[in-house]
Formats: sequence, structure tokens, C-alpha cells
Amino acid sequence: MRLIRLWPENSHFDFMRLRRFSFPLSAVISIATAIVLVTIGLNFGIDFKGGTLMEIQAKSGQADVAQIRRTAEGFGFGDVEVQEFGTGGEVSLRFPIQAGGESAQAAVVQKARDTFSNEYDFRRVETVGPRVSGELVQSGTIGVVLSVIAVLFYLWFRFERELAVASIIGTLHDIVLTIGFFVITRHEFNMTSIAAILTIVGYSLNETVVVFDRTRELMRRYKTMPAEELLNLSINHTMSRTIMTAVTTALSLLALVLFGGQAIQGFAQVMLYGVVICTYSAICISSPMLIYIGLRGSESVKVPEGRAAAAE
Amino acid sequence: MLRFSRSKIIATVAIIVIGLLLAVPSTMNREQRQAYLNAIPSWIPSWLVPSRAIVLGLDLQGGSHVLLEVDQQDLLRGQITLLRDDVRRILRDTRVSSQNGIQTVQRGVQIRVPDAADRERLMPRLRELSQPIGNAMLGQSGGNSVQINTTPDGVITLTYTDAGINERVRRAVDQSIEVVRRRIDATGTTEPSIQRQGADRVLVQVPGLQDPQQLKALLGETGNLEFRLLAQAGATDVDMLPMQDAGGQRVPVERRVIAEGGDLTDAQPAFDSQTRQPIVNFRFNIRGAQRFGQATTENLGRQLAIVLDNRVISAPTIQSPITGGSGQISGSFTVEQVNNLAVLLRSGALPAKLTIVEERTVGPGLGRDSIEAGKLATYVAAVFVVLFMFATYGVFGLIANIALLVHVGLIFGLMSVLEATLTLPGIAGIVLTIGTAVDSNVLIYERIREEVRSGRSIVSGIQAGFDRAFATIVDSNSTMAIAALILFFLGSGPVRGFAVVFILGILTTVITAVTLTRMLIALWYQWMRPKVLPF
Repeated sequence: MRLIRLWPENSHFDFMRLRRFSFPLSAVISIATAIVLVTIGLNFGIDFKGGTLMEIQAKSGQADVAQIRRTAEGFGFGDVEVQEFGTGGEVSLRFPIQAGGESAQAAVVQKARDTFSNEYDFRRVETVGPRVSGELVQSGTIGVVLSVIAVLFYLWFRFERELAVASIIGTLHDIVLTIGFFVITRHEFNMTSIAAILTIVGYSLNETVVVFDRTRELMRRYKTMPAEELLNLSINHTMSRTIMTAVTTALSLLALVLFGGQAIQGFAQVMLYGVVICTYSAICISSPMLIYIGLRGSESVKVPEGRAAAAE
Repeated sequence: MLRFSRSKIIATVAIIVIGLLLAVPSTMNREQRQAYLNAIPSWIPSWLVPSRAIVLGLDLQGGSHVLLEVDQQDLLRGQITLLRDDVRRILRDTRVSSQNGIQTVQRGVQIRVPDAADRERLMPRLRELSQPIGNAMLGQSGGNSVQINTTPDGVITLTYTDAGINERVRRAVDQSIEVVRRRIDATGTTEPSIQRQGADRVLVQVPGLQDPQQLKALLGETGNLEFRLLAQAGATDVDMLPMQDAGGQRVPVERRVIAEGGDLTDAQPAFDSQTRQPIVNFRFNIRGAQRFGQATTENLGRQLAIVLDNRVISAPTIQSPITGGSGQISGSFTVEQVNNLAVLLRSGALPAKLTIVEERTVGPGLGRDSIEAGKLATYVAAVFVVLFMFATYGVFGLIANIALLVHVGLIFGLMSVLEATLTLPGIAGIVLTIGTAVDSNVLIYERIREEVRSGRSIVSGIQAGFDRAFATIVDSNSTMAIAALILFFLGSGPVRGFAVVFILGILTTVITAVTLTRMLIALWYQWMRPKVLPF
């Protein structure tokens, strides 16, 4: 009756062995990310860098990008990035932040409107001054740090300390790899990217929590089972759910990437990548990490005997 | 077991129906909503009729978002000038002279009075300038606005305290909001939203505004109008101010102000009957008319200086005494300039310059395209997920799909009641929610399957599946909720819209994935009495 089965029933795959590949792999990628982050850096959008972004569309449906670039470079507002996108003659222009404080930015918009508004519609104009961009950087950073700390405390409260630490390591891993994705793909990094990272934090923990919930339950049932076996069992038990959820989430994100429009595409692509990374790290990073942290280290399995017996 | 009491079923269905009804107004456009509200019979109390609707963010309906900041330097400069005028008045009143005049120092002024007896007379009056901050009636005290320091050799320094400046900034933001509102209303713009943001900012949002150039021109001027006289040769107390017509050339203008913007009762754009030039006609109040009449009588033949924000915008020669209390400002203005000038004069002056620190404008075309793209993505995502769930879980998949559709409906219902703002990232949130909402169903179904496989009967397997999956559902949704809450508090505008959708989505999951699904499965079981699981 069931048409699709993504994972066999009663599987006994040895996931813990994968750590021989996954640990070095993730370590290398993380270090590589740190290197490219320093050498290449993120492609900051105007939210964080300040400056002016414009999206204009040719009224004729045919944009003359070379002409726009020549004209815009002639404005004398510094290096301007001109890019065509979409199919209807849409062009984006990015001007760097202008020296001379907050009020100096307005001249850019004025000049561009005066020059292009005869032949082009202004679909989007965004100007962010130096002060606001500085504040956005601050609140974005605080947001990511705070969410990691808050979630750490939640997990500590709900689970044993060891499980909390292992999930946070997995989550940090996912954040690092997501930032690496931003660097390599040159996706613009802006406030929406922070939203994407926070959502990935949520999703990453969601994945780990489901596995660890099972681990905790099995720990109560099999009091003497070694950690490695216990973790393998937990992942095998939850594997069909993990795959199902990854697929449904990926499907809806795919719809966004394909049809959501240019403005939201970047967000959806990053999230899609995030879903893959989170699933990988829950299985191949956070869980095997527990073998080293020590699953029953503090022997803090807080469960009354009666209930453990009932679970058998 | 799998029995649901009738009352529980009724309660669940009622909550869901109400939630979905609340979303109804959001599905209509403005005219339809009006027609629908008119069609409701009047005997139904209005609070029973769902009338609130989701607000579209500026990124979806198009419009302008302009963030203005009170220029603290400018404000402080103005405050120091006031302080200096006060000190000068007090020195005159008490007949005390300062040895080196009144010096401007950082944040205040300084005078030098070596004679102790003079100081004795002066100090009580100076202390009056330092007012306590905060509401005296409530007994709050935030210290004093001005700090007075005296050295033994007679140097007296008056400086604004931090608290004094902060208080002034706070008041300046309040005043600015009023002035900004009057200026925007004067342009005939519909439904602007003007609100304080943070300590020193004003956020202006104008839906539908495509080119905020005029708005920015209006808000960029302080609007401080003064009528003074051009100084004669040899005059001392003068300011050198740029002249608008003469290419910014500076001219000497007397410090004394005859009348100012606050003395005007009206200002209207017009055309000069002879030259056909755009001009502004204005009318003084009684005090202004009197002072202006007297000054023009005494200074026949001299040149007036009409000063706007420290620029001489016009310098007409006084041909005859102007005692009627009205006059005109002419110069080489365009029609747009006189329109703006008239608005500036009518709305009054801002307490300090406002600087634009952020501007975001979205044209209506882009907003419309975004909505269309968002709708399409939502439908496609729903079809993908619905088909996939059905293919995987059969009848249970259908039940999960019903729960999913109700879930999305409830998000819209809640957003309508809260009159929450739907932004483009918010739409992305809804699409993402479609993918993650079924997670709870998946957790439950997989658990049921495990339980049944380990030897339980269907009924007890379903029961155990729900019970055991519940803790996991709570944990996995809580971690998501924590991330979303932080995003809500730190994000602004569009990103906050994403957080709202996500938080509401997590709340409604509990109703749909747990309660509704359980009920539907129970009903299905009672009806079919199956011997094996359908997946």
C-alpha cells in the first residue's frame, strides 16, 4: 500500500563508522571556510556595508547594460556594480557608501533617477547609511550568538549536558559551513541571510534533538549498551523520519528556488543547502561526537526506575 | 484510548472553524472587504464579525520607508544659542558684565565675573536655567539639565548634562513626529505611518509612494524662517549668510530677528500678478504683524533678508511700510519650490535637522511580481508535499494533508487577528512551514509504525505513537521557536515578518498535527476498523 519507502525497515547500518570520513572531512571544510572567509571574505550586501542598491527595468523590455555601466561609472560615485538579471530587461546597480556621512548618500539616488528615469522604471531603491549598517552588523551578530546560547541552555535543561554540548557542536559546524557556502557562491550576505542562518540553527537542532530524544529513551531501556551501539540504534530508528522531513522541507524550498522570484531565491538556495548540511551533521558529527564526550559521563539519566521498567 | 468525546470534537472543530473564518477578510481586497462588511446584517454585533486583515509589507504593496535621525549636533548648537541668549538676558537684568563676553565652549557657554558681589547677584538667576529632568509630579528625578561650575577666579561655565541632552533629544523626536506628520499630510499622501524608533529616530512609511524625492526634500529642511535686515556697512552684530540667488555669495545680515516662522498664521503658494513668477503669500499673527509693521516703517528703503535655515532666500527692498500683516516671498523659485516652501512654513520648524539614515523604496510593479511569485511557490510547494505525503502514508498521508491545509489557514487567521504584516520573507516562511509542518505528522506516523511492528495492536500502536512522539515534537519545535523569537526581537521590517510567520506556524502545529490529526485518525479507525496499518 505504501508507494514510497525511502529507508528499509529494521536497518542496522553502522553510522558510527562514518565518523572516520566525516570528522576529517568536516574539519578540512571548516578550516577551508576559515581561510576563504579571511582571504576572500563575504560578499556583504548594503545592509551591512552601507551604500545604495537600485533595481531598474527597461520600459522597452531591453536593457542596455553596457550603456548603463558607462553612464553610472561617469557619475563619480566610486566603483559601481552593474548586473543584468531576470528576463525582462532588469538591471541592478550597486553604489558603494559615499564619504561625507549620512546625508551624502542621497545624491546617488537623485543623480540616478534624473539620468535613467526616462527609459527605466525604478523597481527598488535602497540606501543604507554608515550608522544604520553598523547597527545591523551588530544586531545580526548578537542574534546568531544569542540564539546559540539560548538553545544551549534549553538543551541543557531538557537533556543531559553531554547531549547539549554535542548538539551545539553540530550547530556551530552547520553555521560555519553555511558561511562557507556564502563565501564560495558569492551570495549577497544581508539581513535575510541572518534569518537564513537562524532558521538553519533551528533546523539543525531539530534534527539532532529527534535523534537524541531516541538516544535518551534507549539509554533508559538498555542500561549497559555501549554508546556506539546505542547511537547507531537511535539513528537507524529515526532514519526514515529524518529522510521524510528532509525531503518535504527540501521540496518546499525547491518550489521557492524555482518560482519564488529573484528576491527570495538566494534565501531559498542557502536554506536548501542548510537542510542537507544539517541532516549530515546530525548523523555524522553530533551523534558520533557523543562517543568522545562520553554518553553516560555524568550518569545523569534522570528517570525513575518504575518508568524505565515499564518501557521494556 | 482512541475515543474522543463529542464535546472535545466539537471544541476542536469550533477552534479550527473560527481560526479559518478569521482569515476570510484577508482574502479580499479593500472594496470587497467593504462590501462584505456592509452585507453583514446589523443585528450581529460587530465584534463577532471577522473584520481584521493581514497588512501587506511595503516590500509587497510598494512604497517608501524612510528612517530619519535627529541631528544631535545641530540640536545642541541650537540649545547652546538659546543658553547664550538666556545668559545675556540675565547679565543685562542684573547689570553684571562678563570680562570677555560670552564664550561658547563644548556643550555650553562660559563667562568671567571676577567680582564676588556681582557673582552673588548673578548665581541665583543662573541656577534657574538648570531645570530638573523628569516628571516632578511623579517624583522622578533624572538630575538637572544644566550643570554650573564656578572657579575661584570667577569663571562660570554652564554646560548641558548628558541627561539634559537626552531629554532634549526625546522631546525633539516627539516634536519632529508632529511636524513631519503635518508636512506629509500637506502633500495629500494617504495613510502614512510615522513612528518613533529608538532614542533619536523617526520612521516614516508611506505605502504606494514611488519616488520619495519630494518627501525627502520636505523632511530635509528644518524650516526655520526668519525675517531680518541686511546689515548696513560698518554694522557689528552680523552673521555672514549665503544668498540663494547670487550663487551662494555671502552677505552680512543683522542678528536681530524681526519676526519668525512661528509668527505666521498661513502661507500659500501663488503667482505674482505682474511678473507671473511663483511666489508664497503669507499672513502674520497679531504680534508678528505689529513687529513687522514697525520694522518696515522704521527701515524704509533698506533691504529685508528672508532667511530660511540660515540661507537668505530673498532680499526685497522695503518700498513702503507693511502694516497689513500679510506679505509675499518672491525670488527665482520654481513652482515646486514655492509649494514646498509653503508647506514648510505652514507646518512649522523642526527642532533640529533630520538626517535620512536609511531609505528603502519598492515600486508597485516589483511588489506585485513578488506576490505572484510567492503565491505560485506556495501552491507548488503544497502540491509537492501533499503528493509526497500521500504516496508515503496513504490514508494517513491524506489526514496529514488536511492538517497541513488547516495549518496554513490558521496561520493566516492568526495573522489577520493580529493585523500582522506579511512581507516577502514572510511568504518564504509560509512556504518553508509547509515543509516543516508535516514533520510532526511524520514523527507520529513513524512511531506508530515502529510500535505496531514491535507487536502492538493497531489501536494501542496509534495510542503509543502519539504519546511517545509528543515529547519529541515539543523539543524539536521549541528549538525552532527559540531561534525564531530571537529573530523577531532583533530583526526589523521584512525579516521580522519571517519570524512572525514562523512563530505562529509553530503554535498552530500543536493544534493541527497533534489534536486534529489524532481526531481524524480516531474517526477513521472507528469507521474502517482496519486490521493492518495502511502504510
